[in-house]
Amino acid sequence: MDRRRSDDRARARHGVPVVTYTPAEMMTVAAARALANDDICFVGIGLPSAACNLARLTHAPRLRLLYESGTLDTKPRVLPLSIGDGELCETALCTVPVVEMFQYWLQGGRVTVGFLGGAQVDRYGNLNSTVVGAYRRPKVRLPGSGGATEIATHCHRIFIVMRHGVRAFVETLDFLTSMGHGRTGTERRALGVRTEGPALIVTDLCTMRPHPDTREFEVASLHPGVTAADVRERTAWAVRFRGDAGETPPPRGEELEALRDLQDRTRRAHGGSHVDE
Amino acid sequence: MAEFLTLREAVARYVKAGDRVALEGFTHLIPFAAGHEIIRQAVTDLTLIRMTPDLIYDQMIGCGCAAKLVFSWGGNPGVGSLHRLRDAVERDWPRPLQVEEHSHAAMAHAYAAGAAGMPCAILRAYVGSDLPGVNPNIRTVTCPFTGEPLAAVPALRMETTIIHAQKADRDGNVLISGIVGVQKEAVLAAEHAVVTVEEVVDDLGVTSPNAVVLPSWSLDAIAVVPGGARPSYAHGYYRRDNAFYTEWDAIARDRDRFRRWIDAEVMTAPAHATAYPS
Repeated sequence: MDRRRSDDRARARHGVPVVTYTPAEMMTVAAARALANDDICFVGIGLPSAACNLARLTHAPRLRLLYESGTLDTKPRVLPLSIGDGELCETALCTVPVVEMFQYWLQGGRVTVGFLGGAQVDRYGNLNSTVVGAYRRPKVRLPGSGGATEIATHCHRIFIVMRHGVRAFVETLDFLTSMGHGRTGTERRALGVRTEGPALIVTDLCTMRPHPDTREFEVASLHPGVTAADVRERTAWAVRFRGDAGETPPPRGEELEALRDLQDRTRRAHGGSHVDE
Repeated sequence: MAEFLTLREAVARYVKAGDRVALEGFTHLIPFAAGHEIIRQAVTDLTLIRMTPDLIYDQMIGCGCAAKLVFSWGGNPGVGSLHRLRDAVERDWPRPLQVEEHSHAAMAHAYAAGAAGMPCAILRAYVGSDLPGVNPNIRTVTCPFTGEPLAAVPALRMETTIIHAQKADRDGNVLISGIVGVQKEAVLAAEHAVVTVEEVVDDLGVTSPNAVVLPSWSLDAIAVVPGGARPSYAHGYYRRDNAFYTEWDAIARDRDRFRRWIDAEVMTAPAHATAYPS
């Protein structure tokens, strides 16, 4: 971080445009771009929250953000540490009970995009946020579903944002918390779920989209400087690449500026505590 | 009718060993002071119910208060793990912890079913998830009108629900504002309800006819506990202590450091535990 900033300053002094950015920034910017101005988005904490608010601060000012604590159309000035920070309620159009949030607004089919992450994802966009290892005696007890299990089936479509690594992009999930396209890519439709499911995965290396027939996620674009070998090395399944896979457009200056301002404000607001980038 | 008690009296009267207890508050208005009083009174074998166990149940689990946890998201929001919860699940410390795990949607619906006096909640949920395979309380019913299979979970019922609220009037009516979570449902689903409040006022100052007000006759006890939600927050009174939530990670990671923190910060009863409203 500090080195990046000093590189920026050095370049700026020499009249060179500031174009350096971290893989995490590329990931957040690429995720933000996937959101449209008319989307109504159910936001998870961490990476999704950064991406959704960046979209709102850049190309999608009318994007509606909902957090599971019941805040509708919220416009936080800083990223919340939790899904129930006061900032979300203070900047919301209104705040509804949690039961109503899940019953009417989510289950009722009002939300166009759900933004999710997890500890593990498989090639069909199924997510694990429950345990690593066996359920009854886990190696790592993860937080669990929270809203994710139903966000995954009730939102019109799902975007996933996760850091790329072999322990995260797995051949077989230890536990399926939230269904993507199902264990073999067919279960979602077979179970009668009418929403589209995972349509995009954004990582710090690439973007991935599901194959229209098999629903297997394939690399749709590589971030600048990333090779196909990098993605293969950090994906536990034999990952495929779309024939037309190109390069993700790098972050533009205004995107980086908006993201860094947001994160600086957030860091100051939370007393210097760590915030996901 | 709600009776004004000290926090110590309220907990002694309404939280007994083996009870099912919900301390609710969705990130906001978490009744930390009441949880600490339960720790001081060394109440054991509780079934602790909460959508997000948060730091308060991490502390109670680490102190051995709980035999079972019913929950739907057990992390430290924005920070990471609840290490005392993990130590109990992964290594049985300080005692084995039985877990009943749901999703948020199902738990919220289950509180509402409890408040409504229904035996179960029905919702469209858990489709394609492994959760029904590890929780026998997640079952399926068929809609008698459409034939659609739907998820059913038992209504949440508990001996006692404890919440924190901004204020009570002198008749014992309570106002909650901000993120109202599942507090109303949790109160109405319980046999007894205890509320800690920031202050007692002559007039609740309600400006909207749709405010969330719990009538005195829906509550059992009120204890005046200023700051009773810290390090969570009370909308209009004080902010969430996000820095403490971050610090908790290191405190809870280590058993000895955790015990020292409990001894220093919880075991000596603060004045509000024994004070009556003025």
